[in-house]
Amino acid sequence: MWSSPFITQPSSVSQIMLRVLIALIPGIALYVWYFGPAILVSIALASVTALATEAVMLKLRQRPLGPFLSDNSALLTAWLLALSIPALAPWWMVVVGTAFAIAISKHLYGGLGNNPFNPAMIGYAVLIISFPVHMTHWITPHGMGGVELPFGEQLDYIFNGVLPDGLKLDAVTMATPLDTLKTQLHLGLSVNDIRDMPIYGHLAGKGSEMVAIGFALGGLYLLSIRIISWHLPVAFLASLFATAGIFHLVDPVHYVTPLFHWFSGAAMLGAFFILTDPVTSPTTAKGKMIFAAGAGLLTYLIRAFGGFPDGMAFATLLMNICVPLIDAWTQPRVFGKKGEGK
Amino acid sequence: MRPLFKFHGGVHPATHKAESTRTPIALAPIPTKLVIPLHQHVGNRAVPVVQVGERVLKGQIIGRPEGRLSSAVHASTSGTVSAIDMQLVAHHSGLPDLCVTLIPDGKDEWIAHSGVDYRQTEHTDLRHLLRQAGVVGLGGAVFPSDMKSYSHKHKIKTLVLNGAECEPYITCDDMLMRERAADILRGAEVLRELLYAEEVLIGIEDNKPEAIAAMQKAVLDDKHAQMEVIAVPTLYPGGGAKQLIRVLTGIEVAAGVRSTEMGVQCFNVATAYCVWRAITFGEPLLSRIVTVTGNVEHAQNYEVLLGTPVDELVALAGSRADTNKHIMGGPMMGVDLPSGSVGVTKATNCIIEASPKLFPPPPPALPCIRCTRCADVCPAELQPQELFWFSKAKDFGKAQEYHLFDCIECGACAYVCPSQIPLVQYYRFAKSEIWQRERDAQAADLARERHEYRLMRIEREKQEKAERLAQKEKAALAAKAASPAPAVNPEPAHASSAAGPDDTLQMRIDAAVARAKAQAATAQPKNVNALTPQQQAEIAEIEARRAKIREMAAHAGADDEPPKSNQG
Repeated sequence: MWSSPFITQPSSVSQIMLRVLIALIPGIALYVWYFGPAILVSIALASVTALATEAVMLKLRQRPLGPFLSDNSALLTAWLLALSIPALAPWWMVVVGTAFAIAISKHLYGGLGNNPFNPAMIGYAVLIISFPVHMTHWITPHGMGGVELPFGEQLDYIFNGVLPDGLKLDAVTMATPLDTLKTQLHLGLSVNDIRDMPIYGHLAGKGSEMVAIGFALGGLYLLSIRIISWHLPVAFLASLFATAGIFHLVDPVHYVTPLFHWFSGAAMLGAFFILTDPVTSPTTAKGKMIFAAGAGLLTYLIRAFGGFPDGMAFATLLMNICVPLIDAWTQPRVFGKKGEGK
Repeated sequence: MRPLFKFHGGVHPATHKAESTRTPIALAPIPTKLVIPLHQHVGNRAVPVVQVGERVLKGQIIGRPEGRLSSAVHASTSGTVSAIDMQLVAHHSGLPDLCVTLIPDGKDEWIAHSGVDYRQTEHTDLRHLLRQAGVVGLGGAVFPSDMKSYSHKHKIKTLVLNGAECEPYITCDDMLMRERAADILRGAEVLRELLYAEEVLIGIEDNKPEAIAAMQKAVLDDKHAQMEVIAVPTLYPGGGAKQLIRVLTGIEVAAGVRSTEMGVQCFNVATAYCVWRAITFGEPLLSRIVTVTGNVEHAQNYEVLLGTPVDELVALAGSRADTNKHIMGGPMMGVDLPSGSVGVTKATNCIIEASPKLFPPPPPALPCIRCTRCADVCPAELQPQELFWFSKAKDFGKAQEYHLFDCIECGACAYVCPSQIPLVQYYRFAKSEIWQRERDAQAADLARERHEYRLMRIEREKQEKAERLAQKEKAALAAKAASPAPAVNPEPAHASSAAGPDDTLQMRIDAAVARAKAQAATAQPKNVNALTPQQQAEIAEIEARRAKIREMAAHAGADDEPPKSNQG
């Protein structure tokens, strides 16, 4: 017998995920504007791979295809992964990363709602550990005076690994602003000297800072329609800002400004789209703040002192581990039980 | 303006109240038969006091209250009792219960009845009148009102009158307040008097401006000095007693705590109305206002005799052909009635005729994505996603640790769930499993106790048997030890042998006793020879303790005897 409530609000997982995908569009648009349409190719490639892998895994797990393929969660994983890796990454890297994210880190743990780790970040981690060199070839932004590959030739490189005659990969790609900062600091340059390099803009890297703003705008849209709560992005950005700020204040020659950290790498994408994955983040308000603040701190530590240029992915994964504990520790008091912890 | 408080969460489902408030309350005609359950209230079922075939009058008690927590049940109209048997009833359990079936004679002939002036009547008598009049909470909880209108050691400051009516579709309280505000307030005055309350706060959701206006006018007209009508924001489940108390007074009543302990008592407006009719006119609770809405031609509120079959009631409103079920209550917390044949009870505030078009079945549930929309709307401030997880995993200990029993089953969580998980069903399942396990555990405890008692008894019997044997052996040994004694004291032995055969037995016994005594007399000094005063004191102490233990053991033996029925 069907029991109450007999009415439900017309909302669905598919709708929520779709809104998150829509919120990514400003960032993607700016990405295309500054770095060319190659990113669209890897997004499409990742999407097809994700849906195919999802279908195969659902079939193997004997789950209905319809409701799960249409929930848009695999698409979201695909888009986030594609946005996290270089747009000129060869096709097989996109496929391997996406398939690993969906098959291993999502379905082997029980599928939608049951994966402890953010699948897109697992995919990223697998790629950066397995193919570190390929992961450093980022397209040089538009208007930097470098060689700009036409779309057809970008496609040719992605699928065939062939560049036009006489052109080397280094001519069309560069290290990320974060990577460059790290390398140059090691070479003994001061932050100010490095910031004067042509790849840097007002806030951080030219082009990439604008993409970060695009993601932040999308994030504000998600906040405004209450798909995500403010706790995660605010705590993450505040923690990253505070940590970077302390180091910058103490030693501005060797530590870059907190704003640079905000608008570099995956910080904005992470704050609004990666940490906010409900499945792999805590459920309580206090827990969300602890989780995001921890991720902010770890991101900074990895960026400043770790072996990788960016720390967003590993910070997210490390904090994902702590989620059950954080949730258990931060249970709020219930109605009428003031002063009781849980 | 009185400052209002907020409760956490809440949802705004479409209200659908306008449909049934266009026309005044109509009197439902006397039906062809009345199926009156004897258990329409919280507490013990009323005991039938009529016979099959007996003619009863309107207002006559057909079920008398049984025990402290119970309420009377009456004949809603005059007629003949045609059956007293188990029938399907309007209850979420879906199980049949004892009902009196009454065939009305159409005369609607009242039993002699009269009211009292509540100001001239003892409180105990007023409460007795309420119990005999079958007045129970009409908001849906059907708790006997006499039990709630009792202020003993806890002084009540505020009487909250609940006219919030937060569930969609239901408008019975709205219409009652619009049409009978004066009597509601007079009833509230009686309740205030019974509780010695200082103030009466009447909470009405602000989507009922007509009701608010009518009640405010009645407060002014009748000069109810300590009463205040307060418009509260429309937010489901704002009509829950705890939520309304919170909004009006800021007081949070935790689960398992009575609001009276915090100085507040809460009654539904319809209950107050019935209190007034019962006290002042001696009219028992025979009818109530029921909203008939949903898949009907003309939604309408009816004053319905208790026991009226739902089928006959919904026919009045023109139930449409594609109706596939009757929901009693609202769409958020209502009950899918097991049949249209069940009678309207004191808890029936609304019948929604449901069709697949009106309430389409939910799509298949997806896994929980931990989005916590449920936690955002939970008025009890629980973590529904955790409770769901634990209930699904049958980890009932954890579910209780996360306050499963604070859940009021308002359905707000399931209403907002994007994965369309029937969350409340999981909580109901977990609660009933826990209750079942507790009952099983109690039964197991009892069985174990009995078993342990049996083992103890067997053990004790064995011991007693062994002791008896030991004593026998001791006696035998003592007798043996006594036989070589003649050397010590030859005189009696000679005497005995010299005596005639007639009295030899007695003499020999006497001789044995004497020998034993003599032996004891000679043996005793060996142990207690030349003892220090300290040792003697110790011995005395030990002896005293032994005597005490023996005494206790004798008593215990008498008390421990388990009752025969408990054995085996």
